[in-house]
Amino acid sequence: MRLVAENLAGERGGEILFSGLNFAVTGGEALMITGPNGAGKSTLLRIIGGLLDKAEGRIRLDDAPADFDGLVSACHYLGHLNAMKPVLSVEENLHFWQSFNGIGDYTIAEALDRVQLGDIGHLPFGYLSTGQKRRASIARLLISRRPVWLLDEPTAGLDKRSEDQFAGVMHAHLSGGGIVIAATHLPLGLDGAQELVMGRNGF
Amino acid sequence: MLALFLRDTRLGLRAGGGVLIGILFFLAVIAVVPFGVGPDLKLLARIGPAMLWIGALLATLLGLDRLFQADRDDGSLDLLIMASDRHMLALTVLVKCLAHWSTCVLPLVIASPLLGLFMNMEPAAIGATTLTLFVGTPAITLIGAVGAAVAVALPRGGLLVSVIILPLTIPVLIFGVSAAYGAVEDPAPFVAPFLILVAITLFFAVIGPLAAAAALKSSAD
Amino acid sequence: MSDAASKAGRWVDLANPTRFINFAGIVLPWLVGITLLVLAAGLWMSFQAPDDYQQGSTVKIMFIHVPFAWLSMMCYTVMSISAIGTLVWRHPLADVSAKAAAPIGAAFTALALITGSLWGKPMWGTWWVWDARLTSVFVLFLMYLGIIALTRAMDDPAKSSKATAILTLVGFINIPIIKFSVDWWNTLHQPASVIRMGGPTIHPSLLWPLLVMAVGFTLLFFTLHIMAMRNEIWRRRVVAMRRIAARSAERRGVSS
Repeated sequence: MRLVAENLAGERGGEILFSGLNFAVTGGEALMITGPNGAGKSTLLRIIGGLLDKAEGRIRLDDAPADFDGLVSACHYLGHLNAMKPVLSVEENLHFWQSFNGIGDYTIAEALDRVQLGDIGHLPFGYLSTGQKRRASIARLLISRRPVWLLDEPTAGLDKRSEDQFAGVMHAHLSGGGIVIAATHLPLGLDGAQELVMGRNGF
Repeated sequence: MLALFLRDTRLGLRAGGGVLIGILFFLAVIAVVPFGVGPDLKLLARIGPAMLWIGALLATLLGLDRLFQADRDDGSLDLLIMASDRHMLALTVLVKCLAHWSTCVLPLVIASPLLGLFMNMEPAAIGATTLTLFVGTPAITLIGAVGAAVAVALPRGGLLVSVIILPLTIPVLIFGVSAAYGAVEDPAPFVAPFLILVAITLFFAVIGPLAAAAALKSSAD
Repeated sequence: MSDAASKAGRWVDLANPTRFINFAGIVLPWLVGITLLVLAAGLWMSFQAPDDYQQGSTVKIMFIHVPFAWLSMMCYTVMSISAIGTLVWRHPLADVSAKAAAPIGAAFTALALITGSLWGKPMWGTWWVWDARLTSVFVLFLMYLGIIALTRAMDDPAKSSKATAILTLVGFINIPIIKFSVDWWNTLHQPASVIRMGGPTIHPSLLWPLLVMAVGFTLLFFTLHIMAMRNEIWRRRVVAMRRIAARSAERRGVSS
């Protein structure tokens, strides 16, 4: 499996944020996207996830696993927002996403244990603290199988301990042959990851 | 898809009495009519079906702006759009509309016979109005989905959604009310306008979700 | 430090509801028993009461209709007093009381409207007329629903209590309007016949069952109200405990 971007350009609000971007990530590898605010990190992730149209260039997933017929369908997206309903319990939220997105390597209970939320899965999502909400959202990545993870500031709101745990979760995903593409300004504890530094055009 | 339906109905029932507010608005609209036109029972009975329809139309429009807004605010909408290879986005929209209709609009339909009594309508008129509302209101929700999808990116889209949709719902109102009258007043036909109403609902069950899905896809930023 | 202080304050606040729950546990069984007895007696007396020479047996609807109508107003009065309690003394139980009373009041109002229209159909030939009494009671029903919607729309009781109290007090204007609507306007609904200057105009054979039924339903209201208040207190505790559970899970995670 190989995610390839060629001569990619992205715009937001009519302004070209980046252009001529080339990278290739093979299965088991991670790509860290770094750069100042406004450099287009989130835009790039949303373009990969098919949520925004690219201005020009090509992006494709070669040798995708058999169950996934396109790049977008092979992607998990963890954005700034957690995509959970505050009035539903954590388990109800996860259960919905699992039945909507398909099952994965973890059951809901296992995934909650993995992110240290095992005993509060019955609570409404709205009662959780910011870090707990983020971890519940990370559990969503585990319960449905997707080879490519697109993570936008995944550790925002996490404490040091949870960051280390999350690094473990990502390592497990990588060693299973998955791809992680993360936009971040903090080191995520992934050694040997490619780094893509984005800067504003003209700088 | 069933999971989406269940989630949305659960949210509709659990989150802050949205159902109650819709019914309350409907009741209030109907309660205001006699103050406006006077408590003449014959007149009320005559305009009853039309008033019930207008009340139900306005009450249906009331909650429509939240149809996609709530999902957009917490990021769920992105994931629903990304899943479009797995679940066709139009189908997702249709299921969301169905869930919205059964939590927010179906209670209005169920309440309408009671309001018919307030308007001193005869049993045949009440039955016909309820039936036409049952068949016609899904069309309003489905048309509304287009408006809600177009206005989803706007921070204060609520009123705009109603203003955009209202002209489009006029055919539903026309045929709904004329079918309701057709059941009571003798020369007027019932079956023809009723079937047209059914056709409008089925038509928008196809067009509405497709248009809304296209609007949602382009709205992502 | 401020955290500890606020926690102590919360415990003082909880002391009252705790005492209330104990009180409710003792009083409720008795109250339920007395309510059932009085209602049974009232029903029996109602069935023994003679039919009206004009209205026939439909007059018996009055025995439940009138208590429902009284209670719909009394319940609102209780809510208004609770609202004053919330605004002036900020008593936590006052808000609980107002919130618990609203659905009961709405139910009694709905029952009054329904029984009234059941009576109106054979008497007036229509289920509903828009006269002053009926309309003002219908407005009361709408206000109950509005208050319920408002309390449910806001998650945090601390925020919703004041807004609800203010709305309740503003809506109290409607109660005297309902009471005197039959005197101020010329309506189909008959004027007051029990509580009026110069003694009741109603025949004693009908008056006694009516009064017993009224007492029975008033007892029923207080039974339901105390039950609902207890439920509301429990519900708030469950919410509080769940929040604590979410926080303590975090702490346990760190220490392990």
